[in-house]
Amino acid sequence: MKEKIAEYFFLICSLISIGAVALICFFIFRGAYPAVQTVGLWPFLTGGLWKPTDIPPLFGIFNMIVGSVYVTAGACLIGVPVGVFTAVYMAKYCPQKIYAGMSQLVSLLAGIPSIIYGFFGMMLIVPFIADNFSGNGNSVLAASIVLGVMVLPTIIKVSEVSLKAVPKTYYEGALALGATKEQSIFFVLIPAAKSGILTGIVLGIGRAIGETMAVVMVAGNANILPETIFKSVRTLTANIVLEMGYASGTHFDAIVATGAVLFVFILLLNLVLGVINKGSKTAGT
Amino acid sequence: MNLHYGAFHALHNVNLGIDENEITAFIGPSGCGKSTLLKSLNRMNDLVQTCRITGKITLDGEDIYGNIDVNMLRKRMGMVFQKPNPFPMSIYDNVAYGPRTHGIKKKSELDRIVEESLKNAAIWDEVKDRLKKSALAVSGGQQQRLCIARALAVKPEVLLLDEPTSALDPISTVKIEDLLLELRERYTIVIVTHNMGQAARISDKTAFFLHGEIVESGLTMDIFSNPSDRKTEDYITGRFG
Ligand SMILES: Nc1ncnc2c1ncn2[C@@H]1O[C@H](COP(=O)(O)OP(=O)(O)OP(=O)(O)O)[C@@H](O)[C@H]1O
Ligand SMILES: [Mg+2]
Repeated sequence: MKEKIAEYFFLICSLISIGAVALICFFIFRGAYPAVQTVGLWPFLTGGLWKPTDIPPLFGIFNMIVGSVYVTAGACLIGVPVGVFTAVYMAKYCPQKIYAGMSQLVSLLAGIPSIIYGFFGMMLIVPFIADNFSGNGNSVLAASIVLGVMVLPTIIKVSEVSLKAVPKTYYEGALALGATKEQSIFFVLIPAAKSGILTGIVLGIGRAIGETMAVVMVAGNANILPETIFKSVRTLTANIVLEMGYASGTHFDAIVATGAVLFVFILLLNLVLGVINKGSKTAGT
Repeated sequence: MNLHYGAFHALHNVNLGIDENEITAFIGPSGCGKSTLLKSLNRMNDLVQTCRITGKITLDGEDIYGNIDVNMLRKRMGMVFQKPNPFPMSIYDNVAYGPRTHGIKKKSELDRIVEESLKNAAIWDEVKDRLKKSALAVSGGQQQRLCIARALAVKPEVLLLDEPTSALDPISTVKIEDLLLELRERYTIVIVTHNMGQAARISDKTAFFLHGEIVESGLTMDIFSNPSDRKTEDYITGRFG
């Protein structure tokens, strides 16, 4: 009897989680549908002009899709090497004493609210870019750097755990063949932890592409196709949050549809994760 | 030489010569320090932070804890572990890992080394059709011979084996024993084993360990037929340990 109650309790909790995902899926796509119907899917995705107040209004989010991809790619360029190598350091080099402190710092990094990251970008990175390069500093580069820092904890934590999960015998086996520590780490340890590290990276990408506040604060948000990394950029998330407050009618629907596109990106990333994890079960084949 | 793990005195005044082109067996009850001595020979003990060694271990007259290149030392002293530990990559890449590490890049050269090493480890015929398959997908006995092949591929002078057959079935064990007898012609072999029969069958010299000391060492024949120490006799006849 007691067991049954426990089982139902767990079942209800699971249903709540599943239900939440299903509801979100349903409402975001239903909300997006009218806009896609009025504007057309192709013009909506590939149109370069977003002029909701023109008559007739124009709703094309191509620049923002590109913008989101740019800043996310930029974040990866910075966050992946720094994150993975930090994880290697923590897993294989770091003395015990420093490790505890570093671990705490990484956790702290994960807990900092995005608006604080935004301030950090506004006060430090944006002025630095403005002073040393072209433009006013609000740019692809600024957003990439801020996001690159934001994805670090995810990449570091997941990579470190998977590096530590690699059997010690692999590492010792490599050393016993006369490989140096670095050779053992790069050609045995990291390949063995590959799927875990990739998982960390994909989770990081998910975080970067969905990040809103910090990006809005440093990206400039002009709806243009940035020609250089010093130009302003508007991401999908920025588009949503900037216009949400006053949009109505088709404009509002188009904003929801922007969210749906973002959601599709996240779904794709999850698909990739699924493939990676499937690959890890048959590791080495 | 003496070895400490922190305050624990793991090896007491060990003094042992290991001769070329012979098989030397380390026997003794669990925890007596066989693996510890074996790992000191190729300095795998360096990984244990608390490990401290006094005295001297020499290879061809050279102090291996002196001013030498540790990686070169480990290249000269191939090691095979108790549990087969192939890397999670293809059979080919496993064997090629060592040579690649030591700078061999040419495909034809690597192909040759891989084939030769697998043949020397008596596993070529069993895996030659699936060199690109994962090394984790073959049986435990094959994995262990693969690990021997991997060790041979870097052209060592000495082979250190820590209970290489303890996780294997009798048939795989016999295969590895035959293999070691063949390899003796070209390599100096040190093997740790809990299997008295194995020590008697394949080794030329035997060292009996107890509580971190070598109680007795010498010709295997003598030790097994006519041990000079009472404790050795008790151990090999199975009265304790
Ligand atoms: N890394 C280590 N740190 C501290 N003590 C250790 C370490 N490795 C081994 N020891 C201790 O040293 C002693 C000898 O260990 P060793 O592994 O050499 O024994 P062994 O003879 O190989 O035993 P077995 O037959 O069970 O493998 C044991 O008492 C063990 O507890
Ligand atoms: Mg042992």
